Amino acid sequence: MEKEILQLLHENAKLTPKQIATMLGVTEKEVRAKIKELEERKAIIKYHTLINWEKTEYEPVRALIEVKVTPQREVGFDGIARRIYQFDEVKDVYLMSGDYDLAVMVEGSSMKEVALFVALKLSTIEGVQSCATHFILKTYKHEGVILDDEEEDKRLVITP
Amino acid sequence: MSLEEKINPVLRQIPPSGIRKFFDLVANTKGVISLGVGEPDFVTPWYIREEGIYSLEKGYTMYTSNQGLLELREEISRYLLRLTGIVYDPVQEVLVTVGVSEGVDLALRALVSPGDEVLIPEPSYVSYGPTTMLAGGKPVYIRTRPENGFKLTPELLEGVITPKSKILLLCYPNNPTGAVMTADDLAKLLPVIAEHDLLVISDEIYAELTYEGKHVSIASFPGMKERTVILNGFSKAFAMTGWRLGYAAGPKEIIAAMTKIHQYTMLCAPITAQKAAIEALRNQNGAVKKMVEEYNYRRRILVEAFSEMGLRLFEPKGAFYAFPDISATGLSSEEFAEKLLFEEKVAVVPGSAFGPSGEGFIRISYATARKDLIEALKRIKRFVRKKTLKKQ
Repeated sequence: MEKEILQLLHENAKLTPKQIATMLGVTEKEVRAKIKELEERKAIIKYHTLINWEKTEYEPVRALIEVKVTPQREVGFDGIARRIYQFDEVKDVYLMSGDYDLAVMVEGSSMKEVALFVALKLSTIEGVQSCATHFILKTYKHEGVILDDEEEDKRLVITP
Repeated sequence: MSLEEKINPVLRQIPPSGIRKFFDLVANTKGVISLGVGEPDFVTPWYIREEGIYSLEKGYTMYTSNQGLLELREEISRYLLRLTGIVYDPVQEVLVTVGVSEGVDLALRALVSPGDEVLIPEPSYVSYGPTTMLAGGKPVYIRTRPENGFKLTPELLEGVITPKSKILLLCYPNNPTGAVMTADDLAKLLPVIAEHDLLVISDEIYAELTYEGKHVSIASFPGMKERTVILNGFSKAFAMTGWRLGYAAGPKEIIAAMTKIHQYTMLCAPITAQKAAIEALRNQNGAVKKMVEEYNYRRRILVEAFSEMGLRLFEPKGAFYAFPDISATGLSSEEFAEKLLFEEKVAVVPGSAFGPSGEGFIRISYATARKDLIEALKRIKRFVRKKTLKKQ
């Protein structure tokens, strides 16, 4: 039941415990208890809304920064990652295998703002060797959701 | 002699599909949520579509052998073993058809002699009766009831048998009722089938859409493989209706007879669909499971909504149909469907389209996006309340 509840809420956080209970064939009470437990142990961290910003007038500028760093004694990559992820401009930070070390998603209101943030804040952190900035031009799919307009139902209206 | 008189007289006895008339009504109404669609609302999973595209790029645009690509028949054989526990020889006991529709036609034409009776549980899928008549047989309908969960019982079966009875045509999980037959239910039929030496055509197209327990094929009982033709296909489980691809599995003598008709009338199933189907069976990546899970969610939403409405609904356990009893509204199936369409813009299929025993019922397909289904159920609820109040 836990996995199903998580999947359903992941897909639509607005589902009520009653609706989930109906779909899973269990009681509302059981669902409420399970959700509470998941929240308490921080398996469910928060409920957020997936927005296609391109359809609004507030579309932010996002860039993926490839960061190469020199790992530090005792803390390895974590120390630098911590210094980076504290910035509000930074939305995601991943430790990567391959050519570079940290993948950092930065958001700002203009290209200039993002570029300046990288130049002045990111690249000047001690231990950061280099930053390569890649601006995101279009989002096709985010968190498993295709952002193109929903395809219409092409089926005949009545079939046997 | 007029042209009309020159048309095959058997065809004149066959009434036009009851769905057709209603289709025109719905198609001409705007803003309708349709719960009348007998096919998945999902498009074919991309990994399957992509394989079809790839096969076209590689130039696979030719005929295949009559029986279908051997590679596909081997995959089907393995799949049937997983699904039913029965071993079918891909070389002699499997035939790839153009959908189950062709499979039904081939099986009936291969087995029916003039005047033979084909026993069909009713309410039934719309094509079994007409296909039987075109094959020269006589359809004999067995009225199943919601009290029995629309299952076929040995008593009901025994009740229609005559010396001319030859074939029992089963479809479980069932369209239009959503009924399933469990292993116990099927086992009870076996003595009657054996005593009267019946052949069985078992349309198992909805097998993957079984929500409680596992699908059981009647062919899996001892002695039954020898007298059963299983029909199945890719339309429902893999959301591949438009690809038109199905298959038959059965005793080699019957498959050979069916293949003979198939080779003269159809030659082979389309190669693009066959290529895509190989991939569908080979790389089961959870896409089917996810679709089945979603249908199951909707099924439960629907059952609860009807219990709140106070309409009697036997709980559907398979396929993606529910068959509620609407007689409490005082309306006939057709009146209900028409008024619901005009007053609330929700399309359902009158139960009477599936035979006289469907009168007093409607068929609801829950192969409809969850949010649309919920909205449609809200409208049906409002409609039913209005009608039952008026009646009192």
